[in-house]
Amino acid sequence: MHGTEHTDPQGRPPTQTAPALEVEGVSHAYGKRQALADVSFAIAPASHTVLLGLNGAGKSTLFSLVTRLFATQRGAIRIFGHDVARAPGEALRILGVVFQPRTLDLDLSVMQNLTYHAALHGIGKREARRRAADGLARIGLADRAHDKVRDLSGGQMRRVEIARALLHRPRLLVLDEPTVGLDIKARADILAHVRALVAQEGVCVLWATHLVDEIADTDDLIVLHQGRMLAHGPVAEVLAQTGEPTVRAAFTRLTAAPESDAGSAP
Amino acid sequence: MTIQLAQRPGFSLAQYAICLKGIVWREALRFLHQRERFVSALVRPLVWLFIFAAGFRQVLGISIIPPYDTYILYEVYITPGLIAMIQLFNGMLLSLSMVYDREMGNMRTLLVSPLPRWYLISSKLVAGTAVSFFQVYAFLAIAWFWEIEPPPIGYLTVIPALVLSGLMMGALGMLVSSLIKQLENFAGVMNFVIFPMFFASSALYPLWRVQEASPLLYDICQANPFTHATELIRFALYAKMNWVALAVVCGFLAAFMVGAILAYDPSRGFIARRGGPGGET
Repeated sequence: MHGTEHTDPQGRPPTQTAPALEVEGVSHAYGKRQALADVSFAIAPASHTVLLGLNGAGKSTLFSLVTRLFATQRGAIRIFGHDVARAPGEALRILGVVFQPRTLDLDLSVMQNLTYHAALHGIGKREARRRAADGLARIGLADRAHDKVRDLSGGQMRRVEIARALLHRPRLLVLDEPTVGLDIKARADILAHVRALVAQEGVCVLWATHLVDEIADTDDLIVLHQGRMLAHGPVAEVLAQTGEPTVRAAFTRLTAAPESDAGSAP
Repeated sequence: MTIQLAQRPGFSLAQYAICLKGIVWREALRFLHQRERFVSALVRPLVWLFIFAAGFRQVLGISIIPPYDTYILYEVYITPGLIAMIQLFNGMLLSLSMVYDREMGNMRTLLVSPLPRWYLISSKLVAGTAVSFFQVYAFLAIAWFWEIEPPPIGYLTVIPALVLSGLMMGALGMLVSSLIKQLENFAGVMNFVIFPMFFASSALYPLWRVQEASPLLYDICQANPFTHATELIRFALYAKMNWVALAVVCGFLAAFMVGAILAYDPSRGFIARRGGPGGET
């Protein structure tokens, strides 16, 4: 309501003070295998946070918990103050998600995919079409609205997925390794697009990746390794703590630290 | 109860309706895109009707049993069972589509909707049942030329029966889909769900005949929800009511439904255990 583009037609609680995402003491196990162990962090609204970790670090598990695909076994997750377990509806409606696997319906058109998503959020067809047209124009795919998703390139599909995730005007956008399998240009485009969302629209972004070159100096950084959080803070701070000049070196040092049991460098 | 702030927690009825409409619409679109699915859904019962029934006509005599008022052809007898079969296949295909959705990640799109999970699952079920209506009426239209002519009113009175049995098969399919880990296991569903349900029922032969042959099989048929779905449709198609069948179908529908909703519940469901066996909750 303060002149941002994200004033919501449905009206959202004025939770200015609550963090965009708060993860508190979250642990998760698949049987005996511990995927997450006592992870806690909070990220501020309108920030760009990178969740850095190798494959198997627990990033996808964390995403499944944040999006309520799995229920939280221990701990709590709150999105702008809404507890995902207790008020899933309120939490999920201000959350936009881009999953790592492609989740578009290949046989439907781009527009049909978008209006379907809108319907799942209770947004009527006319409004959905309008928002979808806006979103597609912004990602430069306005002319592909009626093409089947199958005919798009990988990078285009990703951009459509991002447009779709923003259709219900979420305040927090989480992306799980969104650049996997994309070429260099498509990767750069998507990174730039998401960064622009943070800068111009005040969307809060949580970006999971295992690629250090996707991290900018101005980002906040969370390092996740073998289910444990090893560092959290602005990139400069993490570098200072570890005394390393680059994120890559800092990551290597953190993950090689003896306190992470059986930590093996990649 | 609700405080008149700028916020309005929860969703309006209109939003629920939009969501349901969206899910049904997508299922219909998928159905239209897969024309082979429609054709095969139609050919399957027609093969039974044109070939199997024609061959069996002489072998199996049917006496006058309710709801029929007169001697009937074997083709007429098996038509309700074939309608139920259409719905059974459709229910299992719904389950297939959910497994496929899950493998392709589309299921996540559905499950991260902020609307309640039970509502999403129910909407998906309604969508699947709606699709089966096209198939059933197309089949009945062709069957009419094959001298299977229930009273005209029957085409209307059968609708509630179709809704109930369609929902029941769909809910069963959904329950099954939560148990299947991968797409390939669907062949197992054919063997272990579809065939036993279809053959151990009153679809192909009246139960009194089964009883003569094997009392055990008779009991199995009686316990089979497919039998009761078939009978409900059979009676409804002749504008009659079979209360027992109605009660059994409603009972199984409720049970399957609860099972499917629990199965897709994030804290209890099988999905939560997908990551590994014996998850804590």
